[in-house]
Amino acid sequence: MPDCTTNCVNEDILTMTIERYAAPQSLDEALGILQQGEVTILAGGTDLMPQTKAGRIAFKPTLMNIGRVAGLKGVSLDGAYLRIGALTTISELLRDPLVVQHAPVLAEACDQFASDQIRNAGTLGGNINNASPAGDTLVPLIVLDAEVELASKPNGSVTTRRLPLAEFFTGPGRTKRAANELLTAVRVPLPQPGHVARFYKFGTRPALDISTISIGIAGIKRDGALTDIRVAFGAVAPTPVRAPRTEAALEGRPLDAEAIAAAADTARDEVSPIDDVRATAWYRKELIHNMTRRMLDHVAKA
Amino acid sequence: MSLKHDIEFTLNGVGKRVTVDVAMTALDMLRDVVGLTGTKYGCGEGECGACTIRVDGETRNSCLMFAVDFDGRDIVTIEGLAADPKADALREAFVEHGAVQCGFCTPGMVMQASHILDTNPNADAETIKRGIEGNLCRCTGYKKIVDAVESACCGGR
Repeated sequence: MPDCTTNCVNEDILTMTIERYAAPQSLDEALGILQQGEVTILAGGTDLMPQTKAGRIAFKPTLMNIGRVAGLKGVSLDGAYLRIGALTTISELLRDPLVVQHAPVLAEACDQFASDQIRNAGTLGGNINNASPAGDTLVPLIVLDAEVELASKPNGSVTTRRLPLAEFFTGPGRTKRAANELLTAVRVPLPQPGHVARFYKFGTRPALDISTISIGIAGIKRDGALTDIRVAFGAVAPTPVRAPRTEAALEGRPLDAEAIAAAADTARDEVSPIDDVRATAWYRKELIHNMTRRMLDHVAKA
Repeated sequence: MSLKHDIEFTLNGVGKRVTVDVAMTALDMLRDVVGLTGTKYGCGEGECGACTIRVDGETRNSCLMFAVDFDGRDIVTIEGLAADPKADALREAFVEHGAVQCGFCTPGMVMQASHILDTNPNADAETIKRGIEGNLCRCTGYKKIVDAVESACCGGR
């Protein structure tokens, strides 16, 4: 047996075969297939293809391509929410007039997402379900208080539930989506007056690089102070994370140099990143500190 | 035996019926099943863009696409673009500017460039650079490529 600690391809995975391919055209049909169990879901494929080829993900016996399911694509207004279908591609999001108007920080994150070819293929639902700690849309969506809509058909009829995105992730590649559920949409509350939101992503080149860290900050700015603050960080923990202590350090305080410095210090202490190929833990903490401060400076001056 | 599936799609304007392995990449199908080898395998992970094709008008990395997902779609490869008179200006611009050296990235680069110009006929150098972010070239250093694409804008200017 060769020594196989890196780039190791699991023999069991290689011999695993797909027994059934399905390309349902309706949500009802797709949920029925999911209910039978043991399904790998294919949407854009930009992660599934390289992950399965490298042996990091095994195909389940059924491969279900949801790309042709009607009604899962597009952006619309739904009462006080922006509703984004799970199959909406990153390219569609970054050009969508409703997203640009009501969630510009999400459009900005989509503009920094991979490359044109990948943005044309990758879907919002895929980026969320892939559950990477560095997923580019996750941090902005968390600070926008987004929620995911999950549909299933346990007893012959379709039921849906909603979960805040901030509570959806349980680990790298793991979420609270049950095996019989399909993520159908993301809902983002329409912004209140005075709402500000910022996103920052650090990578060694703008395109295609996986984030070394990313930061999202949002809140209501009134009389020089921020309230209802949301701070979230990507690529510093097994999942994207909210930063409650940093939020508390800022909540309601005048956004002056002292408050900004204190919040940046809190942010550095609050994250526990790891060393990896993209950066050391120390460097990530410094980035979190320096860029949180810079972003808050910009918010204060805006 | 791995599972096979029958698909029908339009390839460079012509209807096509193919039986494919469901786990096969679109790139492998184009090269090994259909026999169109203009589309190149570079990295196999969507980093280099050598396998760029048009799917329903949008450019995608064919190495990241499942061949079965071609079903019902309109596919254009570099062979299709080569036969398209609309791409003449782009092809001539690549030649005139010496935007080809070893040539391996060229099919993907030209496919992406045609997409940039279709989306934005007045694209400036910055827009073109952003547009080819997903295409790696290890020979010419991009300057000649960006110059070529820019000169092909509006049929040259």
